Amino acid sequence: MSLVSPTPMLNYFGYLFDGANWHLSGDSSIPERLAQHIGYTLAALAIAALIALPVGLLIGHTNRGAFIAIGLGNLGRSLPTFGLVLLLVTYLGVYIWPVLLALIVLAIPPILAQTYAAIRSVDPAAVDAAVGMGMRPLQVLFQAEVPMALPLIIGGLRNALLQVTATATIAAYASFGGLGRLLIDGLNRNQYDQVLAGAILVAALAIALDYISAFIERVVVSPGVRERGSRRSRRSRSAVRTQSPTEESPVSASR
Amino acid sequence: MITYLQNNYPEVLSDLVEHLWLALIPVVVGAALSLPLGYLAVRVPSLYQPVVNVGAVLYSIPSLALFLMIPVIIGVGYLSPLNVLIGLSLYTLALLARTVADALISVQGETTQAARALGYRPLRQLFGVELPMAAPVIFAGLRVATVANISLVSVGALVGSGGLGNLFTGGFQLGFVEPIIIGIVLSMLLAGLCDVGLVLLQRRLTPWTRVGGRA
Repeated sequence: MSLVSPTPMLNYFGYLFDGANWHLSGDSSIPERLAQHIGYTLAALAIAALIALPVGLLIGHTNRGAFIAIGLGNLGRSLPTFGLVLLLVTYLGVYIWPVLLALIVLAIPPILAQTYAAIRSVDPAAVDAAVGMGMRPLQVLFQAEVPMALPLIIGGLRNALLQVTATATIAAYASFGGLGRLLIDGLNRNQYDQVLAGAILVAALAIALDYISAFIERVVVSPGVRERGSRRSRRSRSAVRTQSPTEESPVSASR
Repeated sequence: MITYLQNNYPEVLSDLVEHLWLALIPVVVGAALSLPLGYLAVRVPSLYQPVVNVGAVLYSIPSLALFLMIPVIIGVGYLSPLNVLIGLSLYTLALLARTVADALISVQGETTQAARALGYRPLRQLFGVELPMAAPVIFAGLRVATVANISLVSVGALVGSGGLGNLFTGGFQLGFVEPIIIGIVLSMLLAGLCDVGLVLLQRRLTPWTRVGGRA
């Protein structure tokens, strides 16, 4: 902290490499901020998933109310996340829970829309076979449709995770904790080394979370489904994308 | 709400105009750069995976962090509008380069072979055959990028240039929800209008997609 130079731009990395900011005890230390950020992000994602996954599965399985899933997905994409956070905080008061509410609301559309699209994308012949084998509706859903739709469902969760991570950062403007504090406080104090430390840490966190979720995806997706995906070469995968380029893309824009 | 608009419409209007160019300039820049990059990723197969991977990593960086890392790299102040413009251009490029590459790969086949047999040279084949055939997919990516950009611009309010985002920060500081609601509604309307505009543009450019069953 004592490294503040007269012109802060001169020392870009002062804050990031100052050991004093990494102490575990300080309540505004980097590890503390990191833990807050991860905690809020995962909590919001978990609650959103509890709401959005069942609804998305239901709509996908029954194909009733598809317009809800599609409309919500489009609406969520155009909603300015920063505006929603500040709206809820201004309306409900500067507390943690309105921000968490905003994060949950933001995470629901990508999860719900992609879960719906994932279930609809399952090969109908496989579903027919499952019914023909005498499976009950819930067995069809959880033993045939979900395993085959899992890569796309997890894709939706990953999009939501990135969106929540990013929005939790800007929520620091409304006094929210987490790594965004470094960015916002640094901007207010005109201390660019702190801003840059925050930017690098936030970017690293987002990339790390995305890699971890990619790893989890690899572990939980059935090898049969995965192999089918990889055996379809690049060419036929892009043929699929021609039909639904936005749903298929792992870099789908949802932030 | 109405009275707020009546009293402040010059401000709201200028924020709206700023929002529009902060969102659309990056779409144009990103799209213009993604065409050669996507084409290169198809022509040089060893480039395809790096383009996809770098794009995915870039895309996962939260917007505020990206906006604030750019000043170190290009050496401007962190309140320069260039940071937002470059940041959004990078997002657009990351999304579209892959879309263009995948779209160009997906159109390879009988039609491109026929074009070659007719004596089309590579560049003429690209502009006369492959790009028009790939247009629907590229346009779908363009729509996603445009809508995403319009909703992301408001984050720029934290670094000095945020278009309608100025209504969010202003409303928050004064404790008024009206400007925030107006900003959200206008931002979503803008996204919707640009989306419709792109759909209409695509219909004009690719009239054949409307003929026959498969649209």
